[in-house]
Amino acid sequence: MKRWQNAILYLVVIYLILLLGPVAGLDLPRIFGEIARSPASLVQQLLVGIVNGAIIAIIALGYTLVYGIIELINFAHGDLFMLGSFMSLTVVGAFGVGDGASPAASLLAVLSALLLSASLCAGLNVLTERYAYRPLRNASRLAPLISAIGVSFIFINLGLFWGGLRSFFPIMGANAASPKSFPDLLPRVDVLQALGIEANIAFTTKDLIVLVVAVVLMVGLHLFVQYTRLGKAMRATAQNREAAKIMGINVNQIIALTFLIGGALAGAAGLLVGLYNNTVVFTMGFTVGLRAFTAAVLGGIGNIIGAMLGGVLIGVLSALSDQYLSSRWTNAWVFAILVVILVFRPGGLLGENVQEKV
Amino acid sequence: MTLLELRDIHTYYGNIHALKGASLRVEQGEVVTLLGSNGAGKTTILRTIQGLLRPRQGSIRFEGRALESLSTEAIVRLGISQSPEGRLIFPRMTVQENLEMGAFSRRDSLGIKADTERVLMLFPRLRERISQKGGTLSGGEQQMLAIARALMARPRLLLLDEPSMGLAPMLVTQIFSIIRDINTQGTTILLVEQNARMALTVAHRGYVLQTGQIVLTGTSKDLQSNETVRKAYLGET
Repeated sequence: MKRWQNAILYLVVIYLILLLGPVAGLDLPRIFGEIARSPASLVQQLLVGIVNGAIIAIIALGYTLVYGIIELINFAHGDLFMLGSFMSLTVVGAFGVGDGASPAASLLAVLSALLLSASLCAGLNVLTERYAYRPLRNASRLAPLISAIGVSFIFINLGLFWGGLRSFFPIMGANAASPKSFPDLLPRVDVLQALGIEANIAFTTKDLIVLVVAVVLMVGLHLFVQYTRLGKAMRATAQNREAAKIMGINVNQIIALTFLIGGALAGAAGLLVGLYNNTVVFTMGFTVGLRAFTAAVLGGIGNIIGAMLGGVLIGVLSALSDQYLSSRWTNAWVFAILVVILVFRPGGLLGENVQEKV
Repeated sequence: MTLLELRDIHTYYGNIHALKGASLRVEQGEVVTLLGSNGAGKTTILRTIQGLLRPRQGSIRFEGRALESLSTEAIVRLGISQSPEGRLIFPRMTVQENLEMGAFSRRDSLGIKADTERVLMLFPRLRERISQKGGTLSGGEQQMLAIARALMARPRLLLLDEPSMGLAPMLVTQIFSIIRDINTQGTTILLVEQNARMALTVAHRGYVLQTGQIVLTGTSKDLQSNETVRKAYLGET
């Protein structure tokens, strides 16, 4: 019986994908022709995808860390990231730096934005855990989930309110709900040209800086979780909260620390998205957040390396779809691939499945 | 000298009255065993001692210090560690990391290093498995790891909950001989066991628990020859 159901499920999935193919312009000869004509644009899209994916990965880490430790899908996480981008915009506005500001002034503004945005999001995330999730820790699993959706609405409206504070922050622009332009503060020196490589590929210091910051954050988190005392306590709490308590680990503190780290990463991602895409909008928490959540599930929710892999994978797939198919079908492709992977590997790509002996 | 003293402890799970006025004492250097059938409240006593459950009434003193309002972290730091029922190994952490977690309450890295060496001497099997994930160990190895991990806190009182559960008879004998070694090396032990026969061979004294109350106490020798114990817990007629 189970096998029959599975077979039908697979057939439906494959049918839907075959259907999606012609509708969304999956014309392999044309695509291969385009790639053969201009291999550089393929490399270009891969690079764009990797940089965007690295930012998605940083947000995905916030979902995966929290899920790993309290098995909660923190629906408010995407909106927290949006608030981070608004904080960054506000700080940059307060410094009065605009497009083409001097490198020193830009650097100072960017570093301040990073610090304040990360602190704001870390603080908000810890408060959310303390007052919206912790009281529900022993309730049914649906209760904190709904609480998270509520927090998400609060954050969205906070963003909308913040975006309308033109009289305090002129940089927010005329309309609260419209996208706001984020000053282009990162230098755009062509990296390949500087290295003496002749190629028709745009890879500037702007891409490089965003990529390096993202990678440093990811490597830093990995080392922290893998090798420090508190990082190990985080893993222990995630694997068996009761046993962690018995070891003398203050589980509440460790859960708060997890929200602190996830929030700080969301804040950093808010700044990076602003600097990289040069526009931020209050609905971004949902659109980008959904992708980041997908990345976390794709990689295996709860798994840190999985979230990184999922983020980069989704970034690259989106870039390729934008270039060779059609950007309006990109989300459909991303989710189709998610469905396929989950059908064959329900735990995600790197979802661990160690048997626990009783 | 009295290390641990419970006086008239009442503990509840929600509305269920699990411990109904249990009192017991553990002297420095002893092995004391708690016997009783399923649901008698043996595990509840250990969880109450460690602050994982709060007694509604009664006092717990460890070296004269009141424990009933302290957090589990503080109690572990005072020197009470536990190898819990069901072992509760961290499945995706290596044996080494599991041991490190056992020493979480300590900051003396030299002492931790020495104690790692000591527990690996006690359990040579764990040395062979040192970089293996806890979840890949056999049941017996996990039991050894659970005891070793509890020892890493350098406890003055070690709580052992059902160390023989689910193990082959030969392994049970081995585990109990190690428990005796741990005690002769100076650690006081409070042992909860279903296997009363084995427990009474290593323990100095014992308490018999029935539906949340202590019904009998005495030296192991007394208990071994006691009519009720022989019938109910040693399977003799």
